[in-house]
Amino acid sequence: MEPLERYRPIVDEFEAFLAACDRPLGNAVRVNTIKASVERATAALEEDGVAFEQAAWNPRVLRLETDSPGSTWSSVHGFTHGQEEVSAVPPVVLDPEPGERVWDCCAAPGGKATQIASLMDDRGTVVANDNNLGRISALRFNAERLGATSLAVTNADARNYSLKPFPFDAFDRTLVDAPCSCEGTIRKNPDALDNWSEGHLHSVAGIQKGILRRAIQTTREGGTVVYSTCTFAPEENEAVVQHAIENEPCRVVDFDLDLEYAPGLREWNDETFDPTLERAARIYPHHNDTGGFFVAKLEVTAE
Amino acid sequence: MTDGDGTAAEDRDTGLESNVGQRFDRLPATAAERTVEGRASRREVLEYFEDRFGIPPETFDDYSFWEKGAGKIWIYAGEASSPVEIEAIGMTCLRTRQEHWKPTTDFVQRFGRHASECVIELDPEAARRFVAGEDQELEWDGDWGYLIAAHEIAGDLEPIGVGLYVHGELRSMVPKGRQREL
Repeated sequence: MEPLERYRPIVDEFEAFLAACDRPLGNAVRVNTIKASVERATAALEEDGVAFEQAAWNPRVLRLETDSPGSTWSSVHGFTHGQEEVSAVPPVVLDPEPGERVWDCCAAPGGKATQIASLMDDRGTVVANDNNLGRISALRFNAERLGATSLAVTNADARNYSLKPFPFDAFDRTLVDAPCSCEGTIRKNPDALDNWSEGHLHSVAGIQKGILRRAIQTTREGGTVVYSTCTFAPEENEAVVQHAIENEPCRVVDFDLDLEYAPGLREWNDETFDPTLERAARIYPHHNDTGGFFVAKLEVTAE
Repeated sequence: MTDGDGTAAEDRDTGLESNVGQRFDRLPATAAERTVEGRASRREVLEYFEDRFGIPPETFDDYSFWEKGAGKIWIYAGEASSPVEIEAIGMTCLRTRQEHWKPTTDFVQRFGRHASECVIELDPEAARRFVAGEDQELEWDGDWGYLIAAHEIAGDLEPIGVGLYVHGELRSMVPKGRQREL
């Protein structure tokens, strides 16, 4: 928990923040509307004898009162998919529509990519990419279990991604759920901070900048790019988005999200950020009793 | 990687190309348009699903079918160039190039609700045994072979997976990774 001390100046109710980080996280599932409506999935859970509570901000997210959410008929049928509540946020902010071309550039193990397919009624093209071949099998397994027929899986480095396999030259929307230092997953992985170092933040940030820039380059003018991480470090969040708006044609835009969160930062240590970074969301664990997350929404503009 | 260079080899006996293992090729519309030996056509796939399970062909109007590896057919709703070398395209749906074609568990769960034939309804205990991967003796007066095993959940029949019915026994084809003790 010690590395989190550096966030004392930027987090309101810092003691509540630390206390929340110390509490284990409950089980949450997302309803996979490719296979079942929310009504049918919740009816199946009731037959399974599993108590649940619907998240107020998103009726497709259910908090379960069970220790084995995989041992249910609703899981066997792919009506539900285990996914941390806050990790269901980026696809909602991306807001894809049926028939669109969407890229999830760091997609494994596939929770968000299949959520994107589900939000598109499984119509259109969702390109789920990951550079880690070992994690692609989990991505493929989840995609097939959840019945996502609109999903194509590729294995490449997002930083120099080629659209050659596809008969189009730009995506309508892209999700960059970037590899990160994962500070915000501390409630799920108590050892998340074990190898923490400031040097690590900076090296990961370099990769994140490269991925976000490529995402903007491959998205059409007027299209949407969502940048998200499960970490608190401004080096990996506001600083990465700042780098993108300085180097690629894009701007930070507002979005609606019915959750409690803090705005993005204007400054961190000796760095200052564009005022529009306040349109980003910092979701802290004590806000909604979830994991931690950062989300920013970008619109691709003319060169 | 036996087909590392990605080029199709000429088959001396038939004049048709042979299948390339590491890439996806879109199925030809009909057998007449086939350029790869042994490859199923889209029409044959639709006929199989209709003849065997009564799934209306128009169910698949907005989907394309692809082959990767000899006989493994994938169903896809998105856009892609053919041929294409990627990791996955939609989901595996059918195994051809053997005497009895066999649908996958994931396909049956996704599209099996459109089926009207060769669907065996399991009672709660039989469904529990089926998803655990157990074989069981069951009455069935329809065709032998691959069936869609289904059970009632939340007021509607829901397909669980594929079973092989022979000699009074339903063998669960649910793959190990999808089996559950409920």
